[in-house]
Amino acid sequence: MRIAFISDIHANREALDACIAHARRQGVDRWVFLGDLVGYGADPVYVVDKVRELAGDESFVVKGNHDAAAASGVADHMNEYATAAITWTYDELDEDARDYLRTLPMAIEDEDRLYVHAEANRPDDWRYVTDGSSAERSLRATEKRLTFCGHIHVPQLYHMAPQKPAIGFKPQNGAPVPLVASRKWLMVQGAVGQPRDRNPAAAYGLLDSKRNEMSYLRVPYDIESAARKIHAAGLPQLLAARLFIGR
Amino acid sequence: MNRMEVTPGETIDGYLVGEQLHVGGMAIIFRASHPDIPGPVLFKVPKIQDGEDPTVIVGFEMEMMILPRLSGVHVPKVYSVGDYASRPYIAMEFVQGDTLYPTFERSPLPPMEVAAIGVKVATALIELHKQKVIHHDIKPSNIMIRDTGEACFIDFGLSRHREMPDLLEAEFRLPMGTAPYISPEQVRQNRADPRSDIFSLGVLLYHLATGERPFGLPRSQQALKTRLWRDPIPPRKIRKDIPPFLQEIILRCLEVDPAKRFQTPARLAFALQNPDAVLLTERAERMNRDGIITALRRWLRVRALPPPEPQAYAPNSGSIVLVAVNLDEDLEYLAEAVRVHTERVLGSSGDVRLACVNVLKLSAVFVHDPFDAEGRNIHVQRLVELKDWARPLGLATDKISFHVLEHMDPAEAILEFASKNHADQIVVGAKGRSQMRRFLGSVSSEVAARAPCSVTLVRATDPRSIKQEASAG
Repeated sequence: MRIAFISDIHANREALDACIAHARRQGVDRWVFLGDLVGYGADPVYVVDKVRELAGDESFVVKGNHDAAAASGVADHMNEYATAAITWTYDELDEDARDYLRTLPMAIEDEDRLYVHAEANRPDDWRYVTDGSSAERSLRATEKRLTFCGHIHVPQLYHMAPQKPAIGFKPQNGAPVPLVASRKWLMVQGAVGQPRDRNPAAAYGLLDSKRNEMSYLRVPYDIESAARKIHAAGLPQLLAARLFIGR
Repeated sequence: MNRMEVTPGETIDGYLVGEQLHVGGMAIIFRASHPDIPGPVLFKVPKIQDGEDPTVIVGFEMEMMILPRLSGVHVPKVYSVGDYASRPYIAMEFVQGDTLYPTFERSPLPPMEVAAIGVKVATALIELHKQKVIHHDIKPSNIMIRDTGEACFIDFGLSRHREMPDLLEAEFRLPMGTAPYISPEQVRQNRADPRSDIFSLGVLLYHLATGERPFGLPRSQQALKTRLWRDPIPPRKIRKDIPPFLQEIILRCLEVDPAKRFQTPARLAFALQNPDAVLLTERAERMNRDGIITALRRWLRVRALPPPEPQAYAPNSGSIVLVAVNLDEDLEYLAEAVRVHTERVLGSSGDVRLACVNVLKLSAVFVHDPFDAEGRNIHVQRLVELKDWARPLGLATDKISFHVLEHMDPAEAILEFASKNHADQIVVGAKGRSQMRRFLGSVSSEVAARAPCSVTLVRATDPRSIKQEASAG
């Protein structure tokens, strides 16, 4: 089975559509959404609809901190730009969409895999996986062999042998990594809608569960259109500008 | 529960396990068979003992990750890999041939035999490095020579793939490798430099040529470090019949600083196959090790070194460019255009070795007369002209070589040379487009159609044709 991991879309319609088209060409059997569907970008309604459509009945969608904030309209612990976007997004969404976001699960277990937005030890603290020790904390919090998360907008891979510390690896674009069965793996996905690793292309992940291989992929998309809509919506300019440089 | 033990007669995933062939440091090898695979299969399982050595397990994991990704004649073909958690194994091609170990027991070998083995192993390394893998354990028992002649690496337990996590580096704080062959970078725990394989191949060539190990058989971590500051005894001091070019090559492979070695296995193969093109330095004539004062000074410097930074892997560095030059007098304008383009190639890519090739066309019918009307040796004359052509390029002698190839078919000569020397690019002049050429075929189009690498066709207008057109108009 081929599973696409879509994380941190942040209401960026152009980036999401580009990733979906790319993933369809790879023959994807299942879509997993790792949270932060909205916030920052100008297309929250479209993105929530699209995710609900793709996720279908057996839905693999987890909640991100921006989803929780947009559902309630309350942005705790967020900077002024994020807060402005949350207020705007709350007004854009109808009650049904807000309800959908509010009731998303914090984590989903699926065979030997765990899906979660942030560090898995205490998911609702929304902690970032930034290094080996936070990855280890996350990996020790689950029995599942493979964990998939997002939140930090920088793609990274961690592996951990029994009784050993977790070790980071910077995945190369498009090069499949075999996930050897003797250790646990944590796949931090890059962001679809707001990459921050100095590469402005949309990022998503692809797991081939039969071959047991994980690929990190990058997809160029129409940044100009996404940015223009952010301007037109009256959202902070910085949210558009950063898309061009991937920071 | 893990089931690591395998007994002959057992069937695992369709493989009928046969006799046990070999117990190595990390793995046990069985002969096996499978109904869908003609001939024998080599069945490899990790060797798990009491108080299991974690490097064995991780090494086997690495091999299970890397080996199935590799292809070509220089690695065994993998049929299938067992699930590590339940039943770890690698079922692979049963390579027909011998390892280099028996050859190495016959050492010292005649220098030309050493060079020939070096070419085979370097050629296998070219293919391995192209596939983004550093072997990290080049030694006689890990290299098979197939019955068909090619070298084939058989153990990847210490290897590193540029696009995969390096599980070994991540987990162990000790140098990993085989003591006599391990490179100075590996001793300092830098596993990211592909030139480590060049060093180990240098140790192998030294041993084959002299019958002795350049750095002995160190038995402690401290002793391993000696190679960081103590240079080996020059091979020619041990065996007088070793030619200077071979000593130059071996000692260059064994340089402590990777930047002073051959930068790629293709460059090493080139040197081994073209002794005349090897620039002999002080290394070639060295008859003694450095004095104790020099060695001590180096020892002090090594002690003060900061921990090594992982080297960036630069697959494009160290390319070999073949430039085919036609020296016919009526094609001077084309030879000049080829030179201008060559300058452009040299300017745009950093570290290039230029092989200037001219083909001396032999007649299929007449016996070749090596002398011209003035009694000069034609081959030598061509070399003189080729060097004169290249002079304006201003390349240092270690960056350029000259080759006059005698052949009936110029395109064939260029193609053979390019393939034998692993050229990365060919620059060749294309003559005009005459009707005649369309029927006979041109050298440049033949080269472009069949080359094993990129080809640049250089076009130029014959100044005489412009004059003719002008006068006709």
